[in-house]
Amino acid sequence: MRLLALALYRLVWFVPTLLGLLVVTFVISRVIPADPVALVAGETATPAQVEALRRELGYDRPLPVQFVDYVARLVRGDMGTSIFTRRPIAEDLAHRLPATIELTVVAMVVSVLVGIPLGVLSALWRNSLLDHALRVVTVSGLAIASFWLGIMLQLLFAMRLGWTPLNGRLQGFPPRTITGFYLLDAALTGDWPTFGMALLHLALPAATLAFPALATLVRFTRAGVLDVMQSNFVLYERAMGLPRSVIVWKYMLRSALTSTVTQIGLLFGILLAGAVVTEAVFDWPGIGTYAVNSILRSDYNAVMGFTVWAGTIFIVVNLLVDVAHTLVDPRERTL
Amino acid sequence: MTELLSVRGLSVDFVTDGGVAQVLDGINLDVGPGEVVGLVGESGCGKTTLARAILGILPTGAARIRGGEVRFKGVDLLREDPAAVNDRVRGRAITFIPQDPYTSFSPVFPVQTQIMDLMKWKSPRADNGGGARSPFRRYPRERWRADREAVLETLRAVQIPEPTRALRRLPHEFSGGQRQRLMIAMALLPQPDLIIADEPTTSLDVTIQAQILRLLRALVKQRGVSVLFTTHDLGTAHEICDRVVVMYAGQEMEAAPATAFFARAAHPYTRRLLASVPSPGGEIRDIPGEVPSLIAPPSGCRFHPRCDYATAECREGRPAPRTLAPEHGVRCYHPVDAPIGADG
Amino acid sequence: MSAVLAPVLATHPDDVFELHPAERLRAPGPAHWLGTDRMGADVYSRLLFGARITILIGVIAVGASLLVGVPIGLVAGYYHGWFSDLLMRVSDVFLAVPQVVLAIAIAQTLGPSLPNVILALSATYWPWFARVVYAETRTLQKEVFVESTAALGASPWRLTALHVLPNIASPIIVRASIGMGFTILTAAALGFLGLGPPPPTPEWGRTIAESREFLPDAWWYATAPGLAIFLTVMGFNLLGDGLRDVLDPRLRRSRTAR
Repeated sequence: MRLLALALYRLVWFVPTLLGLLVVTFVISRVIPADPVALVAGETATPAQVEALRRELGYDRPLPVQFVDYVARLVRGDMGTSIFTRRPIAEDLAHRLPATIELTVVAMVVSVLVGIPLGVLSALWRNSLLDHALRVVTVSGLAIASFWLGIMLQLLFAMRLGWTPLNGRLQGFPPRTITGFYLLDAALTGDWPTFGMALLHLALPAATLAFPALATLVRFTRAGVLDVMQSNFVLYERAMGLPRSVIVWKYMLRSALTSTVTQIGLLFGILLAGAVVTEAVFDWPGIGTYAVNSILRSDYNAVMGFTVWAGTIFIVVNLLVDVAHTLVDPRERTL
Repeated sequence: MTELLSVRGLSVDFVTDGGVAQVLDGINLDVGPGEVVGLVGESGCGKTTLARAILGILPTGAARIRGGEVRFKGVDLLREDPAAVNDRVRGRAITFIPQDPYTSFSPVFPVQTQIMDLMKWKSPRADNGGGARSPFRRYPRERWRADREAVLETLRAVQIPEPTRALRRLPHEFSGGQRQRLMIAMALLPQPDLIIADEPTTSLDVTIQAQILRLLRALVKQRGVSVLFTTHDLGTAHEICDRVVVMYAGQEMEAAPATAFFARAAHPYTRRLLASVPSPGGEIRDIPGEVPSLIAPPSGCRFHPRCDYATAECREGRPAPRTLAPEHGVRCYHPVDAPIGADG
Repeated sequence: MSAVLAPVLATHPDDVFELHPAERLRAPGPAHWLGTDRMGADVYSRLLFGARITILIGVIAVGASLLVGVPIGLVAGYYHGWFSDLLMRVSDVFLAVPQVVLAIAIAQTLGPSLPNVILALSATYWPWFARVVYAETRTLQKEVFVESTAALGASPWRLTALHVLPNIASPIIVRASIGMGFTILTAAALGFLGLGPPPPTPEWGRTIAESREFLPDAWWYATAPGLAIFLTVMGFNLLGDGLRDVLDPRLRRSRTAR
């Protein structure tokens, strides 16, 4: 019950943050541009069309009224219509969301499963060859442009070696849609060839996306474990002769993770931001590619819809991370 | 007398930025069966290092054992297979009570998890044969029940109220005194022969200190467990110890039964130490001079630069142990033969 | 360094904006150290001129973020009340959205151009400075010397200028150095997505985007600018780490990824 109360407490902060995000996007889209309607209508619209649209969208009314209307529309899930696909933007985004989530989650899982153990080993074997090698990884992970890394991986693995497909999510027919996640759907329907193909298509974009997150995780886990290594409870457990593996992988890792979990929210930000460019590089049919295509087509409403969408996902994830943090660190449970 | 623990000529160096510090210099120390031995000395004299050296948990990298032996039940722990020591000695035959009960529990696991993890590997009912070190080792249900009964019983013995509920709580929900009671319970549970207690009451309130000391002494006497108890506080030593060993700058100076120690200590340093304890009506006297650097320690007896009785031979070599009375040994060329207080 | 000296160091300075169709997509060699691009221009020379743009973007964006973020942080940190809370909540909202996403929205609204990229980056980076300055000011307020100076009747502005600012300079400098690296990465991403300064500007992100259609044959064309970004950003990150170690030992452990 205490956890529920805590979740509610966080929710109270969630609402103003979300409202703040809407204010920011509203200001960007309606207040800053000289003629917001012209942006929405696109480059090909005639002045008459622009004027018609202005009345239709209510852009001729005072700004506060517009804002209330803006929020009301978003709450109903109305983000306007794309001038390119002629479909509601919310629908377009929802349709493409599973692809982005699949990519992001796989990248997240890879970086967590690889990054945390590597961080632990790097701390345990401080100044070893592995530690020095990982330091190179962490320094470069934060300095490399992910779109460039993606292109380099394509150049090597897809073009030169031919091990993986160049881009896209799948060649041929997708598995029967159950969840929208190809890996999951293929596994559920027992379609293993498709599962393998989907995995192969995922390899390069997921690696590209995971790399900076992995670097961050190694860095934080290493620092966390080094901190914990000095702690008295580790000394106590050593003095009592507990097996080293239990001390390291149960007690030390759990303590080191309390600080790492807070980083996962930040990590998700890196991943989500990275997803936009990574998807563009690999032609991955998610919301990132949608945003990039909309930029190229000057599909203004679609770009703003993406911003609201991505910002909301990010805030929700941070909310979840806050709650998860209290689960990992029981001391946080008291309000 | 057959000793349970017998440390001979133990020397430990620490590699520091400033040079190599000789933290322990040829230490001799004995603990008999069922005996509570106090290891007394000022902060930085090497008591904690000695405790950790006996347990075999000196900081890796920085600390180096230069020589000597740590015989426990006739086996030199320094030359025994480290894995075997970890399986059968540490946490089993020798257990540990830490200095700071506030931070010696992992803050994120309930007390039950931490105690039962200890019992899984260190319970007297555990069979430490093959696979004993595997983290995936099974915990047989029967043994778990028996161990948990023992845990509850021991928690009652250390006066933890409502032991079943206490187990479900997190360490930070206990007071410092209660946490130290838990630590004592965990030290007793494996039914060890020897408990090493490193300043176990230093971080507690004075009123709670006395309670914990009385409890610890009663429990170990009742079970016949030996204790090596480090402290910088002579009052604490007086309260709990059968025998007292005094250390100064990495050397042991004097060892005596508690009564003889507080009545007729013979080493000039010990006598200074006893005189520096404030007593009603008496004046407080500190020891002139400074604690020596362990990187370039004084030659011979390390106390000689501050000693009123020092002569040339004190500078040249460390005095050999000499026995003044049964069990009363001193390492000094000029032991004082007078009751405490007589030398003014 | 090389950015300032670009005209001197460049082997083919005229190439940057000129066309040499005959020398298109030459592999690296003695004449063109890093090969030539689709217009026949020397990749190495264009890189050097690209460096000037990149550094310019970084310096102005971080400078503008400083000018906005530091006063906001100071005011919010110095005064206590609803206005301070409001300021920090606003900066939290900006921090709550990934920088690339917000920058995309702003750059798209204003249209692709060099000043607009800088504006978008500044508009999204200032909250980091506000955060740092706010936290440092609050901590400093509790210190005795600030309290005593305030008790002596020093005016808030005098107190801030003479006592608070010098004491929070180190974290600001460290943050600025890391911010340079981060801003350059984001600027390159915007350029790659087509939101950067329009051609023929030799901006690195755009160059990489342009080079993609010539892969895998003209590998040097895509590789060189990416390496340039990598080395520049790493340089600023390492500088930030180094400055942190020298200026502010307290912060050594708590490094955030941005």
